[in-house]
Amino acid sequence: MSTNADSTRTDPVVEPAVAQAADPERAAGTGRRNTVVTRFWAQRQSRLGVALTALVVLVAFLGPLLLPWATGYTQTEFADRPFQGSGVFGTDDLGRDVLSRFLAGGVSLLLYSVLATALGMFLGLLFGMVSAYVGGALDSVIMRANDVLLAIPQLVFALLAITVLGPQPWVLVTVIAITHAPRIARVARSAALGVINEDYIRAAEMYAMPRARILFREILPNITGPLAVEAGLRLTYSIGSIASLSFLGLGMQPPAADWGLMINENRIALAVQPWGVMLPVLAIAILTIGTNLIADAIARASATANIGDA
Amino acid sequence: MIAKLIAKRLSISLLILLAISLIVFFATLLLPGDPARAILGQQATPERIAAINAQMRLDDPAWQRYLAWLGGLFTGDLGTSVASGQPVSEVVGDRLSASVFLMIAAAVISVPAGILLGIWSALRRGRAVDSAITGIALVLAALPEFVIGIALVALFATTVFRLLPAVTMAPPGTDVWDFPSQLILPTAVLVLVVTPYIARMMRATMLEVLDSGYVEMARLKGVPERRVILRHALPHAIGPVAQVAAIQLAWMAGGVVVVEFLFRFPGLGQALIDAVNYRDVQVVQAITMLVAVIYVIVNLLADIVGILANPKLRTGGEK
Repeated sequence: MSTNADSTRTDPVVEPAVAQAADPERAAGTGRRNTVVTRFWAQRQSRLGVALTALVVLVAFLGPLLLPWATGYTQTEFADRPFQGSGVFGTDDLGRDVLSRFLAGGVSLLLYSVLATALGMFLGLLFGMVSAYVGGALDSVIMRANDVLLAIPQLVFALLAITVLGPQPWVLVTVIAITHAPRIARVARSAALGVINEDYIRAAEMYAMPRARILFREILPNITGPLAVEAGLRLTYSIGSIASLSFLGLGMQPPAADWGLMINENRIALAVQPWGVMLPVLAIAILTIGTNLIADAIARASATANIGDA
Repeated sequence: MIAKLIAKRLSISLLILLAISLIVFFATLLLPGDPARAILGQQATPERIAAINAQMRLDDPAWQRYLAWLGGLFTGDLGTSVASGQPVSEVVGDRLSASVFLMIAAAVISVPAGILLGIWSALRRGRAVDSAITGIALVLAALPEFVIGIALVALFATTVFRLLPAVTMAPPGTDVWDFPSQLILPTAVLVLVVTPYIARMMRATMLEVLDSGYVEMARLKGVPERRVILRHALPHAIGPVAQVAAIQLAWMAGGVVVVEFLFRFPGLGQALIDAVNYRDVQVVQAITMLVAVIYVIVNLLADIVGILANPKLRTGGEK
């Protein structure tokens, strides 16, 4: 856990986008501009990542509309038919249709991972930018608090919160966001430090622009590159962490249809009814591979240092 | 100078652990309701509640309980498990060694494997081997550990081949390392999770070093390629990798929880999940602190190795 994830994972130094993507002449020859977006899209890897992610997102959001059978947990008629071959992928130990539960089970994971990432990005950005811009004692306090939070593994911190507050969705989202925030704050702080001495910041200060406006209108737009990479990575780890918690039985609670919980419920019967485990495992794998490919491709596209270096 | 740096690093680690103990202890004060009532359930009579309150010192102010708890951490008195009634140190004792054994086994395999794969990949830059290693590392790095674990279980234990046991079963009185075949899958999962990060970092720093002037110089002098890599390039490339390897090993202190749950491995992680399910606060507090201690120690060791390995600091030269 992840939790992944987490965790305190560092991303290795990435190489800039491949030459064919970043070659200015080629871009000029076709009349296209050479921006981060074109460099991103020119990589085969990023198209693959977007396709994989889109596939899972479509299944998760359209799935609940196409349920071939009821998700089952209120249907007593299913209860005496465990492990049937009926339906496309059969039924689980309680006689619920596996395909239906799979189609219904993706929304919660996607929704909570995106929320956790967004909240974590907001907190991390705020503390990171304030730390860099204000500096001094406040900077030290924020960064030392960061060090403390970073010394508790993400998953263990989440388990502590769940023990105290119970496995509610808002607890999951908040605690995953809080564990991401210090890592994002570090990235935001170091990126902002490279910007705060620029002339346009001095100019904004001379116009007596409010500090909040300087942070969000002057600094933020100039550090979007590293932050986009960070957002992609954090989304990957959020999906991993929230799915892991559900897998541990401490995320979504039965009888909810949720991919992580499905894996937990069906793994005992892996040999008898592999689909109950394999469908959600495959979906989570495709989703995290997709988001990670996207994050890696953004990193290559925004690493402009050695353009043309194959 | 080195002693001073190490002393400073050590005191920072202690301060971090102290801050974590504050978070871990005071977070549990947020627990809704009366702990004594929660423990007794329907058998709660005023006398019994008073007895539990006295036994757990729930009438004392929070800071007094914190100091008592902190003192207990140092003397090995971790309190009493609410769920089982056993002392927490007994619940945790053997499991700590089992978890640490699993982590060390994974580290011993993944660190050299990551370094070798990274070097191989860097030396074959742009060729099929490099693309394969980089691609597989990118995919593995994305996958949550339980996904890798279930894939391995399905492949080697239940569905495709039936070669290895899918769960760990160590009868009481035996140790996990008495059954090597049960250790293969849990170790393999940790290795597959950790190795890609080390390999990617090794490849990146190695590529940087191979492009440097002194490597070109060595080659122009006619130094044999093997010697160029082992004596000129590797010592410069390995520094940042040690840092990443340490972070990965520290990460395992948390990642091992999911792996232990998946394989029913009788370690700290499995105990932690059970305790969370029973809301057994004393055990959760103790294990969280233990994991944080492991985490901080691994990072401290990595920093000390970094300080000792840095020639500028070793010779007291310019900063």
